[in-house]
Amino acid sequence: MSAQAHAPAVDHHDDHGHHHKETFITKYIFSQDHKMISKQYLITGLFMGIIGIAMSILFRMQLAWPEEPFTIFEIFLGKWAEGGVMDPSVYLALVTIHGTIMVFFVLTAGLSGTFSNLLIPLQIGARDMASGFLNMVSYWLFFLSSVIMVLSLFVEAGPASAGWTIYPPLSALPQAIPGSGAGMTLWLVSMAIFIASSLLGSLNYVVTVLNLRTKGMSMTRLPLTIWAFFITAVIGIVSFPVLLSAALMLIMDRSFGTSFFLSDIYIAGEVLHNQGGSPVLFEHLFWFLGHPEVYIVLLPALGITSEIIATNSRKPIFGYRAMVASILAIAFLSTIVWGHHMFISGMNPFLGSVFTFTTLLIAIPSAVKAFNYITTLWKGNLQMNPAMLFSIGLVSTFITGGLTGIILGDSALDINVHDTYFVVAHFHLVMGISALYGLFAGVYHWFPKMFQGRMMNKNLGYVHFWVTAIGAYGVFFPMHFIGMAGLPRRYYTNTNFPYFDDLADVNVVITIFAIITAAVQLVFLWNFIYSIFYGKRGPKNPWKSNTLEWTAEVKHIHGNWDGPIPHVYRWAYDYSKLNEDESDYVIPGEDFVPQTVPLQENEEEMNH
Amino acid sequence: MTAFLVVLVIILFGVAVWQMSKIFEMSKTGPADNASEVASDKDNNVNGWLMMGFVLFIYLLSIISFWKWGDVLLPESASEHGVEIDQLMLISMALIFVVGIVTQWLLHYFAFKYRGKKTQRATFYADNDRLEFIWTIIPVIVLAGLIIYGLFTWTDIMDVNTDDDPMIVELYAYQFDWRARYGGEDNTLGEANVRLIEGVNQLGVDASDPYAQDDVVVNELHLPVGRKVLFKMRSQDVLHSAYMPHFRAQMNCVPGMITQFAFTPTVTTEEMRMNDAVVDKVRRINEIRRENSRELAAKGEETLEPYEFDYLLLCNKICGNNHYNMQMKIIVETQEEYDAWIAEQATLAEALKQ
Repeated sequence: MSAQAHAPAVDHHDDHGHHHKETFITKYIFSQDHKMISKQYLITGLFMGIIGIAMSILFRMQLAWPEEPFTIFEIFLGKWAEGGVMDPSVYLALVTIHGTIMVFFVLTAGLSGTFSNLLIPLQIGARDMASGFLNMVSYWLFFLSSVIMVLSLFVEAGPASAGWTIYPPLSALPQAIPGSGAGMTLWLVSMAIFIASSLLGSLNYVVTVLNLRTKGMSMTRLPLTIWAFFITAVIGIVSFPVLLSAALMLIMDRSFGTSFFLSDIYIAGEVLHNQGGSPVLFEHLFWFLGHPEVYIVLLPALGITSEIIATNSRKPIFGYRAMVASILAIAFLSTIVWGHHMFISGMNPFLGSVFTFTTLLIAIPSAVKAFNYITTLWKGNLQMNPAMLFSIGLVSTFITGGLTGIILGDSALDINVHDTYFVVAHFHLVMGISALYGLFAGVYHWFPKMFQGRMMNKNLGYVHFWVTAIGAYGVFFPMHFIGMAGLPRRYYTNTNFPYFDDLADVNVVITIFAIITAAVQLVFLWNFIYSIFYGKRGPKNPWKSNTLEWTAEVKHIHGNWDGPIPHVYRWAYDYSKLNEDESDYVIPGEDFVPQTVPLQENEEEMNH
Repeated sequence: MTAFLVVLVIILFGVAVWQMSKIFEMSKTGPADNASEVASDKDNNVNGWLMMGFVLFIYLLSIISFWKWGDVLLPESASEHGVEIDQLMLISMALIFVVGIVTQWLLHYFAFKYRGKKTQRATFYADNDRLEFIWTIIPVIVLAGLIIYGLFTWTDIMDVNTDDDPMIVELYAYQFDWRARYGGEDNTLGEANVRLIEGVNQLGVDASDPYAQDDVVVNELHLPVGRKVLFKMRSQDVLHSAYMPHFRAQMNCVPGMITQFAFTPTVTTEEMRMNDAVVDKVRRINEIRRENSRELAAKGEETLEPYEFDYLLLCNKICGNNHYNMQMKIIVETQEEYDAWIAEQATLAEALKQ
């Protein structure tokens, strides 16, 4: 670590950073360069994503063909699939770890970590993050927590299996479920480290956005990506510490005999001493993070889409101010809606009324965003790059998944669909699939920026998108029906008693779509890895985008711009803007005006 | 059914192969078109059309889903408040379907209509306060209506009181089964605590409490039709959730506290078995069971009994390895049948004496 002692501090001056001789370790491993850190985040996130999605295929197979033996189960699950038949305990472990990995490791760190790191300095015109060192620590803590989470899969009694929401007492008592032993301890340790990582990252993002904007880059000239990352970081700072406190209290209950969440429990033939705690308290603490977490996952995806849709429509994003206002409104409301996960938890029904009210309010800014995206497409000149397709796909799943939220957010309706597959379908569409589309869109769009001008193959991108888009709806649309049939989630099999027997074929359809969708992600992986080494090199600004990152050097240098940092003279969305007499574009022959181009004579600045 | 699945898979596979071949074809159309990884006019055109195809796919998927699986949904509500919930559900569903169909159409149609061409110029259109006001205020009004409607329904359902003399029943959850405790003649439950669990006294009822003497503990829930029931829920170990989908009722069972939910059952089990949707469902399930039985018989194993409909109480909060099998039968019957049944059950005092 001594290398860090004399590593360059971030250079705030207009002359570019000094070049130190970098060793392999400082360049590729303990790098403080935000571009390298973003790649580290992405690749770790994708790796975790492979594990998470593979797990979902395993338990989907169990649901479609309950208790059928599969050799693949025996290979991956070993002693938990004797003779190839999946064990109920490992089924619960799989759904738990699938949820944890996808929500935190893929969609929080993999999405927000990757693109906040890559884009914040590049799009605001900074040489690096405010603190390169903290940024590096943040990544390595994330890496450590990923390693611990993966290690927990190999614990003798099995990994955590109380659901990703780890409600106590189930998660607190190893007598209740084997996964609540060492597996749960590792889960909590991993998450505590993850939270530390996320906080360090978020603080850094906030400070960087507030302090290191280049000359001319006022807050109202920021691209919507940056607005989204900035507000996401703020939500993270507000809510993650609460999860940490919940995790610490749970650790105390588990290991040190406290009773924060435990009371009046008789299990395995004996009465526990715990008295006076309440699992409902845990639910409050968990969802105080858990709900904002949905937006921590979703807002970066929406920010990425805003940028990509505007660029590829060759049009300004419609209603920039409204977009910023809805990000702010969503961020504020997201911290006061957590109770809609707890309508029937036993909390006072009056609280349920309040949370219904705030929850349905949050539909308003979300609706505004959806309408603005659609209007941005209207009368555009749409360039159907893979990133654009994924962005349009995101708007589609965001609408579909968001609409069913109106059912779930209504406390009276929630009574009967709570914890059924209806909920599973809803949140997978609105946050899972939508955020994944945002991740893919971002990777396709900024791949040239990450990998020194190389581009991903567009045709493979088209295959990837269309099969994924069909598959995702094929999985989650029918799932609403089995939810409304009253089928509870997290059931190892639905055929143990006859009532749900007629849902067997829906489950088969869902699983087939899931397998096809998962398989086509291999096309993406192949494209990703192949393009890193052999992708075609495109022009410096392949998508003809206005934002600053495309003015930076194609080759990665620490400090981003070889010369002075560019100044900014306009917002990021002057696409297809005409000159005064409307005879041609502002810059003749070019339908875009980069932010670094000063206002032309007689040109009116957009009054946004 | 299997045939349908096979056809579906074949169609999907066909689409995938067709797509692949088309794309490989495209990639061979010469260097001019494929020189860069940025979308060409041809890509825009193909993908624009595919967008149109995709919105049709969504519509088709909805129609097929309704046609194939519309009948798996829950039958009509068997409780008084459930009718209100179903009504609200219907209105909300109609609303989100209309909004969904329109917005998905606009999104994909615009993606198709404005697919890029070299000769085309996008319209610089950054703002329109009036438009934005309109699509802010419309959701505000619609949602306000839904919120008010929803809150009235919610308050009605959750307003648990003893004004109209409900029958008091305790639902007791433990890994991995249910017990029901009736208040008995005095309709009052005796005090209970897990610390008092001992032998037959599985629910930890305080045997010295005078109210507890006539309590009745059973593992099958019987309810008289038309009488309001107030459920008091307890859990012995971890969180459980008492989910009674046919009655549109659910409440978590939380160790350390008593939660409650009240409803009035309106349809007896016998009547529900005659319900068209239920008759259909039972017939379908029995077809599946007959098929499975044939397979079992071929293997020399015991065949399955024909299925008869019963209301169920399911656990709907992950509670451990056998979560999927934690259920109890609910029987709604006439007051006379209920009286006859409860008279046969041993009271707690009798049970403890044995």
